Amino acid sequence: MRRLLRANLILLAAFAFASEVQASEITRAVMLSNSCAACHGTDGNSPGAMPSINGKSAQFISRALLEFREGKREATVMGRHASGYSDDEIQLIADYFSTLP
Amino acid sequence: MKTLNRRKFIKLLAGTGAGVSMSGLIAACGKPSSGRVVIVGGGFGGSTCAKYLHRFDSNLDITLIEPSTRFLTCPFSNLVISGMKTLEDISHDYGAQTDRGVNVVHARVVDVDAASKKVKLDNGKELEYDRLVLSPGIDFKWEEVNGMEAADAEIIPHAWQAGNQTTLLRNQLEAMDDGGVVIVAPPKNPFRCPPGPYERVSLIAHYLKQHKPKSKILVLDAKDKFSKQALFMQGWQKLYPGMVEWVAGSEGGRIGEIDVAKRTLYAEFGDAHKGDVVNFIPPHKAGMIAHQAGLTNNDGWCFVDQRTFESRVHKGIHVIGDASIAGAMPKSGFAANSQGKVCAAAIVSSLRGKEMPEPSYVNTCYSLVGPDYGISVAAVYRYSEDKGIYSTGGGVSPLDEDADYRQQEARYARGWYDSITMDSFG
Ligand SMILES: Cc1cc2nc3c(=O)[nH]c(=O)nc-3n(C[C@H](O)[C@H](O)[C@H](O)COP(=O)(O)OP(=O)(O)OC[C@H]3O[C@@H](n4cnc5c(N)ncnc54)[C@H](O)[C@@H]3O)c2cc1C
Ligand code: HEC
Repeated sequence: MRRLLRANLILLAAFAFASEVQASEITRAVMLSNSCAACHGTDGNSPGAMPSINGKSAQFISRALLEFREGKREATVMGRHASGYSDDEIQLIADYFSTLP
Repeated sequence: MKTLNRRKFIKLLAGTGAGVSMSGLIAACGKPSSGRVVIVGGGFGGSTCAKYLHRFDSNLDITLIEPSTRFLTCPFSNLVISGMKTLEDISHDYGAQTDRGVNVVHARVVDVDAASKKVKLDNGKELEYDRLVLSPGIDFKWEEVNGMEAADAEIIPHAWQAGNQTTLLRNQLEAMDDGGVVIVAPPKNPFRCPPGPYERVSLIAHYLKQHKPKSKILVLDAKDKFSKQALFMQGWQKLYPGMVEWVAGSEGGRIGEIDVAKRTLYAEFGDAHKGDVVNFIPPHKAGMIAHQAGLTNNDGWCFVDQRTFESRVHKGIHVIGDASIAGAMPKSGFAANSQGKVCAAAIVSSLRGKEMPEPSYVNTCYSLVGPDYGISVAAVYRYSEDKGIYSTGGGVSPLDEDADYRQQEARYARGWYDSITMDSFG
């Protein structure tokens, strides 16, 4: 029983720690970037024909979105989609995706 | 460090044989649950909300209540009707939710007690909540249909909720002789998936062209115009010339009465139309539980604060997806997914006593006019006090594009399906 208790205490400590790291801040960047997931996959990891955007640099993403919006980059839907975001918002989104693991 | 969620933690403890109660343990941790959220409906809205609640705060006690052990998506059910996919292909289970620690309960909620913050299940159990989320989808206003009731959908399927209804319509099309008439009767606004009936017409036409080329499709519409109309009509002209006839509501499309046994639809003013296969889609209202909970307006839908999706009737209850009135957003799986995330952020922020940052919402409806012919309508939305949810950008696929462009969009439509089902159910 002593050993069991010890094991439990270790688990408890692990649990408390896990709880701490799993409560994430909800920022404006999160609110904006979560809406890309229905097409690009959760966190930008696409399982199918959509391009993955997870792990791309902030520079790549902001440049792509700005070019899509100005019609300077070939697209089917992204030009129409990017038209809904301001320069500031695009920067927030680009920074967010570049920091994802 | 790999996180250890509460459910796995309990399992581990059970393995050690320690007889300690969960609440005692949490108290011992000094880390009480950050709140109990109960979600009714494991479709696009409810499943997404559960997943993102957990992502925002894994200390929440999240319970997802859904009668079915596998969810069949309406998106791509038109591909099942036309024989391009099977029901298995559009089926998703709740394993990922359970794995992350969401408590999935397969039961139906039969009563909501907003005053004492409890829901009652059809298995007799009761659950308390701090926040309740309803994403029950739709029900039909059979009371507005003359000559047909719910049980008659076995003969005249609506196939507007995926499952047996989908199979029924598929089987009827297969059994029909070449040269037959298929009638599709789309409902009045608002209804789930505004381009859905016209994608269905397209893919039925695709099936008929291959297997029963002398057949015709008659579309008797309750409305005078429809989503992506010019694009659909251009596609029909190109892919299925002469096969589809669309009748606007005010020109004889609106149905006044139905004779189920004769598979005949009587237009409000004008002719009787007999079909060999009839797909009548009744007018919609919010899912039944929203009515039972007293959350609906005279028209059968739920008024919510469009920023948080909290009901305008009862505090502490949020309504998302098809059942809610969400400003400029259509009723779609994509919209329900987007609303599920905003609602999750609103609940977590509120439980933390924090202001939620400005929400952003999005919707795109892809439709297949043929297997290699895709079109889409996209929009991004924001919220304001006076306008509610309004669009800040978007648009439809251009008319007169070449086959390459349509093919790319068809490919992305399939990619979208893979992504959104992973984002909602994975
Ligand atoms: C033919 C067709 C094609 C479509 N194509 C697309 C498309 O391409 N793209 C798109 O974005 N959308 C599409 N849609 C629309 C999409 O299916 C809906 O808008 C979406 O499912 C709405 O999500 P929801 O969460 O509100 O409801 P649902 O996804 O319907 O989920 C509701 C869930 O709640 C459960 N439930 C109901 N009452 C209770 C209760 N009392 N207790 C417990 N559980 C309950 C139900 O069992 C169900 O699982 C299509 C719809 C149709 C009919
Ligand atoms: C409706 C589906 C959809 C949504 C929503 C969407 N995208 Fe896209 N995205 C696409 C498609 C499709 C492409 C390929 C280009 C095209 O055809 O439009 C793409 C391309 C991109 C690319 C270029 C990728 C590359 O490797 O060249 C980036 C970057 C991108 N999207 C970012 C985003 C961000 C950020 C969001 C959210 C703000 C977003 N997208 C929302 C569908 C979508």
